[in-house]
Amino acid sequence: MKVSQGPLYLMVLPGVILVLIFSYGPMVGILMAFQQFIPAKGLFGDQTWVGLDNFRYVLELPNTMRVLWNTLYIATLKIIFGLIVPIIVAILINEVRHMTLKKSIQTTIYLPHFLSWVVLGGILIDILSPSQGIINMILGLVGIEPIFFLGSNTWFPVTLVGSEIWKEFGFGTIIYLAAITGINPELYEAAKMDGANRFKQTLHVTLPGLRMTIVLLGVLSLGNILNAGFDQVFNLYSTQVYESGDIIDTFVYRIGLLEAQYGVATAVGLFKSVVSCILVTVSYYLAYRFANYRIF
Amino acid sequence: METKGYKYFTWFNYIFLILLSLLCIFPLVHVLALSFSSSSAASAGLVKLWPVEFTLSSYQYVAAKAEFWQSMFVSFQRVILGGLINFLLTVLLAYPLSRETKQFKPRTFLAWFLFMTMIFHGGLIPWYIVIKELQLLDTIWALVLPNAVPVFNVILLINFFRQLPKEMDEAAHVDGAGHWTILWKIYIPLSLPVLATITLFSLVMHWNSWFDGLILMNSPENYPLQSFLQTVVIQRDLSMIGSSDLESLSEISDRTLKSAQIFLGCLPILIVYPFLQKYFVKGIVIGGVKG
Repeated sequence: MKVSQGPLYLMVLPGVILVLIFSYGPMVGILMAFQQFIPAKGLFGDQTWVGLDNFRYVLELPNTMRVLWNTLYIATLKIIFGLIVPIIVAILINEVRHMTLKKSIQTTIYLPHFLSWVVLGGILIDILSPSQGIINMILGLVGIEPIFFLGSNTWFPVTLVGSEIWKEFGFGTIIYLAAITGINPELYEAAKMDGANRFKQTLHVTLPGLRMTIVLLGVLSLGNILNAGFDQVFNLYSTQVYESGDIIDTFVYRIGLLEAQYGVATAVGLFKSVVSCILVTVSYYLAYRFANYRIF
Repeated sequence: METKGYKYFTWFNYIFLILLSLLCIFPLVHVLALSFSSSSAASAGLVKLWPVEFTLSSYQYVAAKAEFWQSMFVSFQRVILGGLINFLLTVLLAYPLSRETKQFKPRTFLAWFLFMTMIFHGGLIPWYIVIKELQLLDTIWALVLPNAVPVFNVILLINFFRQLPKEMDEAAHVDGAGHWTILWKIYIPLSLPVLATITLFSLVMHWNSWFDGLILMNSPENYPLQSFLQTVVIQRDLSMIGSSDLESLSEISDRTLKSAQIFLGCLPILIVYPFLQKYFVKGIVIGGVKG
């Protein structure tokens, strides 16, 4: 059967052109990292090449190591808790036999995922305020002094990780709940025959049944080790907490767009992109090796 | 075989999960209550989960602001235009890429071409410069075109299309149908739930985006709502809402006003949420745990 391939080429054309411009274009723009980029001359203009000067400059900035450390620290905590909390909650939800209650719980805990960090940032700034915030009012009832969650370097990273988990844990349960329904019911029957109670069944049937999903999501989250969450940090941080909360992405934003040091900011961005790319590639490879995961 | 211990556990579990779900909506309810309360009640810390000294003043104040409606308009424009473009391009890329290599030769190359963009990015500054050089700054296209191809959704749809029975297209080809007919008459009708999922996701993405609006629009009247809220609520740029006359109004305060704006900013999401919820679970499962 000979069917013309012409329409297929026509179909992909618009998408391919747009991806070429807006995803591959910026990849070409990475050359800026090796230039003293002057925007007026344009992307393909006669820019001055400076070799690795931009990278050298960044390494000499006093805050660079701090920013890198903050990024790794915040991202790692988010990855760890972002993996554990949804598993626990999914297992607990699975024990709910009352269907209406189960549905209502699910509906409620998925909601924060769909709200933007601008909206949530506004909410958090209000409820966490040390003078008026309702959280500190509640803490005050049990005799705890007001905590400046968004203004103290001790508390800021904790607040970031906590609020990120609060936003995403519910959504994270979806995939585990789906995996739990996929577990063969006969395994539970067999465990019951052997005298296992619900707790033992969870330990010896549910958890092993989730092993592949856990490994898969764990491995895939490796690629996020330099993603500490720009949207969240940008909407919650202030100069007071740069020491504990400034991350690569906010650093790039300030150097590049506020101070207009395009070459330098591109160099930092390139560093992040290269490291992330290696990690993502490794994580997909591991996921393929150990969980037989293929994206397509 | 329910032991006594399990019964206790069940009760504990129910209470724990109910508290957990309340924790997820409690901040939103608190802000909603604040937005309907008077400024004195709000600043005296009287407002918990229910409005105190109920008033609509904050909403009236916001509603009277042209800037607010302007940004709302930009947002709707963006969501509709962006959602439409996302839908078309996703379908038009996914169908050819779900063919066998012998049916569509560049299939493997194009799949990698798309996949590469997921693992490597040019970074913020080159991305900004490209859009600037194309002279898209301050136009709605700057918010729509760079996000025109949601690669993850394309991959999701490719995977879905590939598991549809091949016999149908063969039969259709025998009947003389071309690719356009097969896509339109067979594939799209068969994948409505998946299409609904990815469309809703792309609408939510467009509604919630704020950063691109903030940096790609030079003049604030082109800001979509979330970018507008970012400057008013987060950066506390009071000049934007023109609240120099706020002092004279006793009914509302910076705080109740912000609360009203925050709530209006997520209202459309809350409205589509029931529809969203019906589909996304299915979508996630198709995309996430195959094989």
